Amino acid sequence: MLRFAIRRFLGAIPTLLILIGLAFCLIRLAPGGPFDSEKQLPPDIEANLRQAYHLDEPLYQQFARYIGNLARGDFGPSFQYRDFSVTELIQSGFPVSLRLGGFAMLLALIVGVVAGTIAALRQNSSSDHVVMAVSMTGISIPNFVMAPLMILVFAVHLGWLPAGGLGDGGFRNMLLPVISLALPQIAFISRLTRGSMIEVLRSNYIRTARAQGLSTRAIIFTHALKPALLPVVSYLGPATAAVITGSVVIEQIFGVPGLGRYFVQGALNRDYTLVMGVVVFYGILIIVFNFLVDLIYGFLDPRLKV
Amino acid sequence: MSTDPINTIDEGSSGGRSLWSDAWQVLRRNRAAMVALIILTSMTAMVVIAPLLSPYSFDYTDWDRISVAPSIAEGHPFGTDALGRDLFVRTLYGGRISLMVGLVATLVSLIIGISYGAIAGYLGGRVDQIMMRIVDILYALPFMFLVILLMVFFGRNILLIFVAIGAINWLDMARIVRGQTLSLKTREFIEAARAGGVSTPRIIRRHIVPNLLGVVAIYVTLTIPQVILVESFLSFLGLGVQEPMTSWGALVNEGAREMESSPWTLIFPSLFLAVTLFCFNFIGDGMRDALDPRDRSGQ
Repeated sequence: MLRFAIRRFLGAIPTLLILIGLAFCLIRLAPGGPFDSEKQLPPDIEANLRQAYHLDEPLYQQFARYIGNLARGDFGPSFQYRDFSVTELIQSGFPVSLRLGGFAMLLALIVGVVAGTIAALRQNSSSDHVVMAVSMTGISIPNFVMAPLMILVFAVHLGWLPAGGLGDGGFRNMLLPVISLALPQIAFISRLTRGSMIEVLRSNYIRTARAQGLSTRAIIFTHALKPALLPVVSYLGPATAAVITGSVVIEQIFGVPGLGRYFVQGALNRDYTLVMGVVVFYGILIIVFNFLVDLIYGFLDPRLKV
Repeated sequence: MSTDPINTIDEGSSGGRSLWSDAWQVLRRNRAAMVALIILTSMTAMVVIAPLLSPYSFDYTDWDRISVAPSIAEGHPFGTDALGRDLFVRTLYGGRISLMVGLVATLVSLIIGISYGAIAGYLGGRVDQIMMRIVDILYALPFMFLVILLMVFFGRNILLIFVAIGAINWLDMARIVRGQTLSLKTREFIEAARAGGVSTPRIIRRHIVPNLLGVVAIYVTLTIPQVILVESFLSFLGLGVQEPMTSWGALVNEGAREMESSPWTLIFPSLFLAVTLFCFNFIGDGMRDALDPRDRSGQ
């Protein structure tokens, strides 16, 4: 167990370094710079600014400096939000994104697993067809199409819910963003659950349980659910990544001040440190999450010795 | 070359033909997939002959008709946008970009994925371990962030956008191809080819790759919509295609900004995008049923 953790930790280092290297090169070599604006800065001032941020050094030196600071947990100052450090921006943006993404994942898991199980139990019935049709819709309609359409219907026409903004972060403000973020995941998870549940229900030990006269409910909850959820658990890693990238768009549409929005704004304004900070932060987050998923997987499937 | 006795041993081509006709039979009975295929074909045709279908060009501004509602009598069946441009033509031109991205980027990911996977799987051993370790490392990267950075980097070059999206999407393909190659390479006809002195690159090209096409075909129909989605995601964020050229994602973005006053600018491009993705997904499902009998029960 400890050896597994250490091995995974060591394995994550090259991933992280490649990620940092790629992101660093791409954003640095992109045309334009953080001090481009409508008003041309006087060359002396720009030179001073570049010097203050060490942008006048050769790239490899800047990279070494960045890695060094990073190792000490320092993401550097933001270029765009002049008085804030990237760490402060992440601290302000991440809780919002986390709440959005967390609720979306929770909703996706609950609805997806329940719908998938129902569809599997009543294979080829009308409820099965409805679940499959809805999930096909969820997969096919991207969330940046779904979100404006939902705003159009529920906020503009019906006036039930606010069209955007976080407000006080209450239920009414979160509802539309969370749903539009969760829909594609609901679709994937219900399809996965259905497929694996059908397979599990056909296996011999389920037939034995039936022959012993156990109720359907007992069979599902005590025998079938755990093995049927294995593919769903292994999908959790990609799902998290998808929710994180999805939140980039969703935050943009609903004007939610989360990390994803910072990232897009930062990339457009060449806010080097902010972009790098978000990439590194999410990179670490995804690696940690994948590790947790592997632990859960080992717990659910004792045949896999971690 | 065709008289080369070694290459006529290839069971794949004779066995493959029956696989494909079998698959076509199954696919033809799948009504959803067939309807999807017909819709997709006619949509592609419309997109290709777009300039013939409307008197307007995609960047022509009609100053007298700004943001008019859809009306066939006015000559704008989908209405016009806030700049007075005909939305029907723009939607079709957007489709050109979106579908082209789907094809080109998928092709790029196919070429990289198949060669990478086939080489890793066939060579095996340490080479395979290193190559797949690299795939594992790349797998853990948050892709969309890198794609966004790639867009910033390449700026306005559409072709590079296509290639970049494809270059990032090959990992799944490489894994699937490698798995198939591992099981293929123990088969007799590969052994026969090796015994006959065929060189390794040639075995991979002529014997391994042709036998992978069934799996690849399923995956291609599932990759195309993914790629279209990525492109429209980027265009939606304003990073993809640049004005006055457009794509479905860019149109949805413009539409979302004006949906309160002119909802048609949102609805039509959304509809085209969603229907296309629907069709590809249905065909992909159908192909999986047709080409991969193991999966037939699950779906």
